[in-house]
Amino acid sequence: MTPGAYVLEYHLVNYRRTWRASALSTLVMPLLTMLGFGVGVGAYVSGGVDGVPYLDWIVPGLIASTAVQAAIGEATWPVLSYFEWLKVYFAQAAAPLRVADILGGHLAFMLFRILLSATAFLGVAVLFGAVHSWWAPLTLIVALLVGFAVSAPTVAYSASISSDSYLAILMRFAILPMSLFSGVFFPIESLPLVLRWVAWALPLWHGVDLSRDAMLGLAPGWLGLWHVLYLLAWCALGWWLAHSRFRRRLVI
Amino acid sequence: MESLIHARGLVKRFGEFTAVDGIDVDVRRGEAFGFLGPNGAGKSSTMRMIGCVSPPSGGELRILGLDPRRDGPRIRSRLGVCPQLDNLDIELNVRENLTTYARFFGIPRKVARRRADELLDFVQLSERADSKVEPLSGGMKRRLTIARALVNEPEMVLLDEPTTGLDPQARHLVWERLFRLKQQGVTLVLTTHYMDEAEQLCDRLVVMDGGRIVAEGSPRALIEQYSTREVVELRFAAESQEAYAEKLAGLGDRLEVLPDRILLYVDDGDEAAAEVQGRSLAPASVLVRRSSLEDVFLHLTGRTLVD
Repeated sequence: MTPGAYVLEYHLVNYRRTWRASALSTLVMPLLTMLGFGVGVGAYVSGGVDGVPYLDWIVPGLIASTAVQAAIGEATWPVLSYFEWLKVYFAQAAAPLRVADILGGHLAFMLFRILLSATAFLGVAVLFGAVHSWWAPLTLIVALLVGFAVSAPTVAYSASISSDSYLAILMRFAILPMSLFSGVFFPIESLPLVLRWVAWALPLWHGVDLSRDAMLGLAPGWLGLWHVLYLLAWCALGWWLAHSRFRRRLVI
Repeated sequence: MESLIHARGLVKRFGEFTAVDGIDVDVRRGEAFGFLGPNGAGKSSTMRMIGCVSPPSGGELRILGLDPRRDGPRIRSRLGVCPQLDNLDIELNVRENLTTYARFFGIPRKVARRRADELLDFVQLSERADSKVEPLSGGMKRRLTIARALVNEPEMVLLDEPTTGLDPQARHLVWERLFRLKQQGVTLVLTTHYMDEAEQLCDRLVVMDGGRIVAEGSPRALIEQYSTREVVELRFAAESQEAYAEKLAGLGDRLEVLPDRILLYVDDGDEAAAEVQGRSLAPASVLVRRSSLEDVFLHLTGRTLVD
């Protein structure tokens, strides 16, 4: 086993102690969103979107969005607290682990949490009869990709701040606009050009579009390849930023 | 003798600020070695360099014969570190704190469990093995942190102010456990600003001030070199002690006037006290005591408060 795997194991042991508190929200959140938007709003969207019923159209977007929410949840307060309050990272740095092990182990745990949330959502969607394609499980891979593309740079951000008021800024000015304008609830074509750029620039829309292709059984085409490459670029840049921030904090 | 820590001209800079300004240190296997100094003297920076989490800015440093710049993880796998502030896992129970940490060293789960139980026994926390960390007292948390520093059976244990903030009973228990470790042949390196701690535990120590080493030796040797055998503390009823200072001239090696008392550094305290009476100075109180490391420390680093 590589040292990074020991760090993942640590986070899993920790999670075993706390999972009950988060399990309910992991299952209840998709249920509520599905009822509220899919069924509630969907009743007003007669004729569906792009030729599919609104519920079927919105579910893949919600899965990608859920993955991103899980990524944000794990990449903000826990990271800040491991540096500032609980000092967990410093305890790990005193052990024979490298910065890449400490960061990689924690990111691997975040991927686990992302996969858990996305799978729960997909399961609920199946119960609602909103899944029709055999390609649907691919949406979990997409969830991991977009989840990492968001969590890695967010970890870098959380590692750069010393107070959680900066997290409120992140939520308000980055996460909220991204969640609203990334084609989760309505196609980005209905947005003014400026806001469409927001969708193009940030990771979520790329994940939503890929997820939708998978769930509806559509061919992603060249645009799909572009999405994957763009998300991989976010992953790589995010890792690089997070690694240099961690280095700065842990090796001083 | 084998040097576990070998430093020559070791420097640590943070931007413009020089925290450690060219120190030479050698710590031999089996020794208990102390870094003493006021806040900001460079003790913790030195400890972090020794713990291989802080690359030196200059000079030579070898830990366990290896180069920390290249072999950080390899060196750390043979060190135990007890930081100044407890960074235990509050979500985990007492035993899990040890077993999860042991995993970072690649210790198999079964071995980790066994070793955790032995170590909890050693630090007298067996009864709390399954309890949460949060409700433990300060002394218990510190003992748990020390136990965690021992999970990899380290050759050298680094302790940054191991008893700061503990009550007297808790301090004595920690000292007694550390002394036991030393008897088992573990090399101890600690920082402290408690003089009694240094006298209790350290075979040898250095006094640091402003990033430099200002004195080095055994506690006994330092007292002999920088202080007298005994100290007479005189309190006069008058407003100012200053007025009495000249009347005491010629007594002892050195005289220090403090706002509330006068210290006479002498070889024979009783003789000096008699002489004070002989000059009919009638102090309100006289205390004759042995010179301590604290006298050395204050003499070398001054009485000015450093925050």
